[in-house]
Amino acid sequence: MSRGQGWRRAIVLAAIAIACALPFLLSNFRLFQFTQVFIYAIALLGLNILTGFNGQISLGHGAFYALGAYTTAIMIDRWSVPYGWTIPVAGLLCLTAGFLFGIPALRLEGLYLALATFALALAVPQILKYFEHWTGGSQGIVLSKPGAPLGLTLSPDQWLYFVTLGVLILLFVLGANLLRGRTGRAIVAIRDNPIAAQAMGVNGALYKSLTFGVSAAYTGVAGALSALAIAFVAPDAFNVFLSITFLVGIVIGGLASISGAIFGGLFVQFVPNWAQEISKAAPWAIYGIFLIVFMYAMPRGIVGALRLAGARLARFRG
Amino acid sequence: MEIFLQQVVSGLATGGIYGSVALALVMIYQATDVVNFAQGEMAMFSTYLAWSMLNAGVPYWAAFFATLAVAFVCGVVIERVVIRPVENAPVLTIVIVCIGLLVILNSVAGWIYSYIQKPFPSPFPEKPITIGNIFFGAHDLGALGVTLLVLLLLYVFFRYTTLGLAMRAAAQNPVSSRLCGIRVGWMLALGWGLAALVGAVAGLMIAPIVFLDPTMMSGILIYAFASATLGGFTSPGGAVLGGLLVGVIENLVGTYVKFIGTELKLTVALAMILVVLLVRPSGLFGRVAVHRV
Repeated sequence: MSRGQGWRRAIVLAAIAIACALPFLLSNFRLFQFTQVFIYAIALLGLNILTGFNGQISLGHGAFYALGAYTTAIMIDRWSVPYGWTIPVAGLLCLTAGFLFGIPALRLEGLYLALATFALALAVPQILKYFEHWTGGSQGIVLSKPGAPLGLTLSPDQWLYFVTLGVLILLFVLGANLLRGRTGRAIVAIRDNPIAAQAMGVNGALYKSLTFGVSAAYTGVAGALSALAIAFVAPDAFNVFLSITFLVGIVIGGLASISGAIFGGLFVQFVPNWAQEISKAAPWAIYGIFLIVFMYAMPRGIVGALRLAGARLARFRG
Repeated sequence: MEIFLQQVVSGLATGGIYGSVALALVMIYQATDVVNFAQGEMAMFSTYLAWSMLNAGVPYWAAFFATLAVAFVCGVVIERVVIRPVENAPVLTIVIVCIGLLVILNSVAGWIYSYIQKPFPSPFPEKPITIGNIFFGAHDLGALGVTLLVLLLLYVFFRYTTLGLAMRAAAQNPVSSRLCGIRVGWMLALGWGLAALVGAVAGLMIAPIVFLDPTMMSGILIYAFASATLGGFTSPGGAVLGGLLVGVIENLVGTYVKFIGTELKLTVALAMILVVLLVRPSGLFGRVAVHRV
């Protein structure tokens, strides 16, 4: 194990240790916010696999997030399925939906793909309202927060925090392994030079639609968790702005980086709140300024800036 | 038959509006290769400026042209100040900067002018024009006329003037253009200025119909995207025609297909985009991009 890898492992372990300690240090409201950060991070990793690693821009991941959330809500509310089962089902359903959407998307690239997925995101609230029988229309579906099992003395918020953290770690390890291996190299090769990748024997069409499916599955799982954490789903929560927020998250965090998803999650969760505190009158103006300044200072996102700083430091020492 | 014709006419009226915003989008895309997400908000802000002038007692057409001038200057300034620093960054970075611009303009407009809807005057007479049993709104006709006039002027500008030629060259092949002595950076700024101007015209024509408020453009921008996709992102005329088509189809489907009604109208427009993208990804009138391998 090289020195760099050892450091990285130490940082990851320290971060997990801190994450495990947080529930006993923070108020329930703060904890809920961190649960949201983790949920965003899972969705962002999903989108980053597609956009950052595979080079397919999606402005429609809010649709898969909504699909995951509604799968969970309908299964719990209508069929009284235990909530633990709804998360993998949501993931599988989104995997299939993403794969199927990925097939026509093969013909599109760049701007045109962005527009097609944008259309998907736009259609979601209307479609959800239309199938009122299933989705409860614009009223949405109210759920109750699941409590901790086996007599654990945790509040529902604390329990959900740990569930989310567990899913996050599982999905990040899976994602890291997927991207590090042969499959990951194929995914990146398709982004960098599709023709060369084909010539090397990579099945471009299959990999691209599978990547779409996996990406959608991550986002769907995040949506399912958000339905549990907020204990409420309604069509207007899944508007276009959600999809744009995801895109902002991955670019701010850093494209094509796994840890970038965490930084992106922190940004999209906390920066709007800070903006609100700075200016009650025009919070979104402050948010917009934050966005632009961030992009000036770090055109390649937070992880890009950290990498640059690391490289400079190494050269300085070396 | 009468209902059909009336629906077509009112579809053309709304379609003209979609077309004018689509035209502005296509202009920026052609001049700079960026899809400007802040386009709608820039148009909205210009319209508020016009409203301020009208409130101060400036006559309509004076305010109209003053707004266009201000919008042009603002477009140039935005390119120079906000976009230029990230010119060489990845495309997604530029997209995020545009999104930042969008939320800033929206929020500042709400802050200065409040979120309450305001009526906005039309330069055209109120009395509808009737041919047979079909009503034409005078403003709708006027707005369509203005859009077509703008399209014609742009065509003449890009086709027959040296500056227009230089702008096209700068967008198509920046390196060679620079070698020919074209100041590519300024051409991009001019492109933004022109697009802001076209957007301002669109805003001024739309405001009397949808009323003026900071979110007035968000719905229309979506349809404008649909129109530009349908017509092709590389064809200004196609964008306007795409707008008219989207307007008419949306109206007819809403009237005649019962289970869709008004609730799923937007979804229909979007399904249309998807179909167009799958069958002809470059749009009905767009140039097919050819890549050298």
